[in-house]
Amino acid sequence: MTPTLMFALAILFLPLLSFAFQIFFGSKIGRAAHWFSLAALGVTLSLALSFFANIFITPGYALLDVSAVWFSSGSFTVELGIYIDNIAAVMLVVVSTISFLVHIYSTEYMRGDPRYTRYFGYLGLFTFSMNGIVLANSLLMMYVFWELVGISSYLLIGFWFEKQSAASAGMKAFLTNRVGDIGMFIGILLLFMQLGTFNIQAIAEQVEFGAFDGTGLLLTIAGIMVFMGAIGKSAQFPLHIWLPDAMEGPTPVSALIHAATMVAAGVYMTVRIFAFLTPAALEFVAVIGGITALMAAIIAITQVDIKRVLAYSTVSQLGYMVMALGVGAFQAGFFHLTTHAMFKACLFLASGSVIHSMHHALHKIDDHSTDPQDMRNMGGLRKKMPITYISMVVASLSISGIPFFTGFLSKDAILAGTLAYYHLHHGWTIFLPISGFGAAIITAFYMFRLIFMTFHGEPARKDIHEHLHETPGAMTTPLIILSVLSLAFVFTIPSTVNPFNSQGWFTSAIHTGENFAGLDMEVVGEALHHAHEPAMMISLTVAALGILAALLFYLFKVVDVEKLTRRVNKLGLYNLSFHKFYIDEIYDAVLYRPFFWYTKVVAKFDWELYDQKFIDWWGWLTLKISDWSGYSDYTWLDQKVVDGFGKATRYFGKELRLSQSGVIQNYILGGVIGILSIFILFQAF
Amino acid sequence: MSSHILSLLIFIPAAGALLMLIGHRFISGNEASEDSGKTADFHKWIAAVFTGFQLLLSVWLWLSYVPNGGIQFQEHHAWIQSFNIEYFLGVDGLSLPLIVLTALLSFIGVVSSWNIKKSVLGYFSLLLLLDTAMMGVFCSLDFFLFYVFWELMLLPMYFLIGIWGGPQRMYAAIKFFLYTLLGSVLMLLAMLALYFYTEPHSFNLIAMIQSGAAIRDTFWGMDIRMLIFVALFIGFAIKVPIVPFHTWLPLAHVEAPTAVSVILAGVLLKMGTYGLLRINYPLLPDQVYIFAWSIALLGVINIIWGALNAIAQIDLKKMVAYSSVSHMGYVLLGMAAVVSTSAAGSQAGINGAVMQMFNHGTITAMLFLLVGVIYEKVHHRYIFFPKDYKDPELAGKLAFGGLAGQLPIYSGFVALAFFAGLGLPALSGFISEAMCFIGGFSVFRTLTIIGTLGILLNAIYFLRSYMHIFLGPVSNAYKGLKDMNGRELLTIVPLAIIVIALGVYPKLMLDVISPTMNSLIKLVQSMAMMVGIN
Amino acid sequence: MDNLHSYLIISSILFSLGLFGVMTRRNGVAVLMGIELILNAANLNFVAFNRFGGMAELDGQVFGIFIIVLAAAEAAVALAIIINLFKNHETVNIDSADQMKG
Repeated sequence: MTPTLMFALAILFLPLLSFAFQIFFGSKIGRAAHWFSLAALGVTLSLALSFFANIFITPGYALLDVSAVWFSSGSFTVELGIYIDNIAAVMLVVVSTISFLVHIYSTEYMRGDPRYTRYFGYLGLFTFSMNGIVLANSLLMMYVFWELVGISSYLLIGFWFEKQSAASAGMKAFLTNRVGDIGMFIGILLLFMQLGTFNIQAIAEQVEFGAFDGTGLLLTIAGIMVFMGAIGKSAQFPLHIWLPDAMEGPTPVSALIHAATMVAAGVYMTVRIFAFLTPAALEFVAVIGGITALMAAIIAITQVDIKRVLAYSTVSQLGYMVMALGVGAFQAGFFHLTTHAMFKACLFLASGSVIHSMHHALHKIDDHSTDPQDMRNMGGLRKKMPITYISMVVASLSISGIPFFTGFLSKDAILAGTLAYYHLHHGWTIFLPISGFGAAIITAFYMFRLIFMTFHGEPARKDIHEHLHETPGAMTTPLIILSVLSLAFVFTIPSTVNPFNSQGWFTSAIHTGENFAGLDMEVVGEALHHAHEPAMMISLTVAALGILAALLFYLFKVVDVEKLTRRVNKLGLYNLSFHKFYIDEIYDAVLYRPFFWYTKVVAKFDWELYDQKFIDWWGWLTLKISDWSGYSDYTWLDQKVVDGFGKATRYFGKELRLSQSGVIQNYILGGVIGILSIFILFQAF
Repeated sequence: MSSHILSLLIFIPAAGALLMLIGHRFISGNEASEDSGKTADFHKWIAAVFTGFQLLLSVWLWLSYVPNGGIQFQEHHAWIQSFNIEYFLGVDGLSLPLIVLTALLSFIGVVSSWNIKKSVLGYFSLLLLLDTAMMGVFCSLDFFLFYVFWELMLLPMYFLIGIWGGPQRMYAAIKFFLYTLLGSVLMLLAMLALYFYTEPHSFNLIAMIQSGAAIRDTFWGMDIRMLIFVALFIGFAIKVPIVPFHTWLPLAHVEAPTAVSVILAGVLLKMGTYGLLRINYPLLPDQVYIFAWSIALLGVINIIWGALNAIAQIDLKKMVAYSSVSHMGYVLLGMAAVVSTSAAGSQAGINGAVMQMFNHGTITAMLFLLVGVIYEKVHHRYIFFPKDYKDPELAGKLAFGGLAGQLPIYSGFVALAFFAGLGLPALSGFISEAMCFIGGFSVFRTLTIIGTLGILLNAIYFLRSYMHIFLGPVSNAYKGLKDMNGRELLTIVPLAIIVIALGVYPKLMLDVISPTMNSLIKLVQSMAMMVGIN
Repeated sequence: MDNLHSYLIISSILFSLGLFGVMTRRNGVAVLMGIELILNAANLNFVAFNRFGGMAELDGQVFGIFIIVLAAAEAAVALAIIINLFKNHETVNIDSADQMKG
């Protein structure tokens, strides 16, 4: 076993060890048990960083590519393997960093929770599963960990299971994901049946050497099917509905799972299978991403729950990443995954900080009915919580795509990608840049709406405001670290100091993706290069416009928002956004209710009709037949036929008895008559 | 010992039952009174010791079994010579997991029945008799012997459900008995047909693989091979149970006492699929080819139909019962894959089917045990009370909710069992389900794609019931409820360990079964070719 | 008159008279007498057939003697029965012996 492999295994299993430790010993040790998890995650992080350092030493090669047979029946073999290349190494750092920071953050945020240690256990389970996805070299192994992150997400969303909404949200998340997972599983089956392997590299290789001939329709279908998994996990339209509900979980969990890592797993998986996605499949991917990005952004405008705004923002940003991969902007998509992980985790943790503080304040004034997450109850928090405020502003600038911040670099590249795609394909593909830039302007708007509503202006509730405090160091330190990681220079220096140039060390480390299924990456690269500058201009303009609008609406209050809302709502637009395009309602009416009604019908049919009527009818019939045969046997055969013989004999005996007169002469007379008749008879013949 | 280990395995429980009957006279003296505490303890301990010993033996059997060694531990004696009936026992990779499963679940069944009050002697002696019969079925390699044990099983089952069951026990017991008997009749006919058509006349299942290939005849214009196959298939289908022969199952499961439900779902259902693989497949391989699509279709119907029904149930135990229907569908789908032209596909399917048989045995046993635990504590099993419940006020008070906070250990195990049931990776159910799907997909693409819906549907009812019972606001009625005790843990923990172990390291099981199953695939494929050409 | 027919006619008349007596008389003794007549009708037949049947031996006569002996024995037994009947019923009317009546 090489040290590399040992390190990789340690990265994978240390968090699992933390899970086992917390589950079995956590409750006995109490609060101090979190040190074990922190230590485990710390080691994981440092090991991940060591891999990360390696991608600069030996670029272009897989750091680790090992497989071992998991189980085999001779011809059917399933292997487990670890594959670490530059992308996996970056992803490992992202996961470990955020997980570690969230662990630290949670020590304060979850303080005093009755299931404190269990919480850390679940976090460990999640980190283990997530690292498994990152390290997996085969689709089946990825699917295994895919399900495991699903279950850890289920456990963490429903962590405060006493709340009915939390319990339902966990279930909704798991089931919605399963819909996508079915597609992914079918896709895996298709690829396995065609190529005989689950290994991602092997699949890509076989595709490269023409395993799928002809139109590649089957490969397209397989690709789209596998991508279905990403639609579920990365909350893409139409399976995005679970993510906003998932905000019922503790906020650090939202930061870790539902913003930075797990939801990005779908994107990561698409990155992994990018090499064998056909142009047709990629087109599908791009459209899904485009729809999601725009739709989620529109919904985010009107939400009042601070976490829901961020949730829809996450959906929208994930749409960006997916769209980027769809249009072939491979680097940009993965880059955005990384930058988004940092600034969105920062945003969530900052919102968590606000909620935490609100919660304590509400607790102090003994108010249990006010929602601590509703932005309408906040306002003016800037002074009370300066660190939170600054980090949130940094992250917001980043997500809005302002130069000097990371979001600018990656988002700009994505927008260039959509523009390039339009240049190459024309026609309806104009939708993609429209969606991209449209979502960009909206993103800038709603993020600063959030900032202004929360931190600026007059406090909405003076009584709460008085008791607000900046949160402890364990919570603010991760915020500071993450906001620093949201600064552009982290990803560009020392390669370049130009804030408008995204070609830093990061992009050179992750290379351009390869595609063996018919997409010419050089053409795409060329188009990207040309689209770069116009895209930057437009994106800067729209970001500025978005922020400006937010300033006018919410900070300077030049425009009366209420009035505007009413006016817009004449067309039902406000309600459409506020009610999330009524998608939940539609699903409820079209899918859930009919489905449960249908199961009821099925069960009724199965039991009351099929069993009780049809199956038992056979029993009834048998009983009837046996009744009838019993009746005929006794009443007819026995009583009539058998006894009939007896009765007849008796009757005749009774009648004939009379002939026994006892007078011998009569007998003789009879005899004589008999003899005479015989004589006469014989004479006659 | 090794030459008679199978006989030992089969008759140890019967000996235990005999000892109980004799011991009862000595301990209770001459007065034939109700069971006193002393005699009850005696019976329990006898049952526990004998099934425990049987379990140890079966583990020893597992350890000393040589995966590539063909049929092992054979016992071969003439029994009824004039009809060429033999006492022929043997173990291969197909029966070994089921033998261990039987021994394990019998032991667990005894332990979980510790609180039985009504006629302890009768209960435990019948349980042991049932154990003997089940073990006999899995060990027999002579069709007649197989049939004898098969029928022997019915009797104790009938009484166990009919006497110790729930409110509708008589109805359930009679339904179970008659339904199964119908299958037995068809099986008997098929057995006799096979006997008379083979030359020399024989019940030997191994010898019949060769001699059975020569059967050629028609009966009323129908191919006799097909008739035999169908008769056997229906006979086994009732046991599996395959939709539409499944409706005896929910009732029998719900009415039976916990231990009997465990054995019923854990072991008895496997006999159907075991019979198909042991008798139909090697003896009539050409018919397997003809019916493969139908078997896959029935499998998919089972998966979907069982799951849809499970979703609609409000009784937890009934839900689990229907989940069995759904899970046995995977076995059928995997079995149908034997006709796959891709070696990987057929191997995945058949091996997956056998693993699924074992895994379903352990998972469903866990589920039933856990349902039994909660039922014993709160005396109802309603996930939610029916709208027309006789006492709405009581229903409102007793409705489940938030038990996870009251019973952390219990709800943890339920979560484990539910997750295993919905096919979560790293738990055993996932491996076998995935293998069945992979196998099925290599031949029947559309059917398998429809079948994958089961992945979602199974999750729906497990998670929904989990949410209603364990999550949400805490119900006041269940404050201060005691968590699982040591005896209950003793029944659950071994199963939980197996479920996790086989999920993480399926090689443990697969290495034992795959040589046998791979040669079965070869046999079926080559024999079918031969029979087809003739 | 020396032919078989005349014997047979006499024998028939004798038989018919005997039969008539047996069937009509109530007195047991009279019935017995009727029987004697029947027997003697048979006797006559034997002797007549022997005489006219062309037989060398005296078989018919031997049978005749047998029947005479038999008639004597029968009369003895029958009279004993009648005496017994008279003892029990104080009559010789055979209608009173109707215990076997159905």
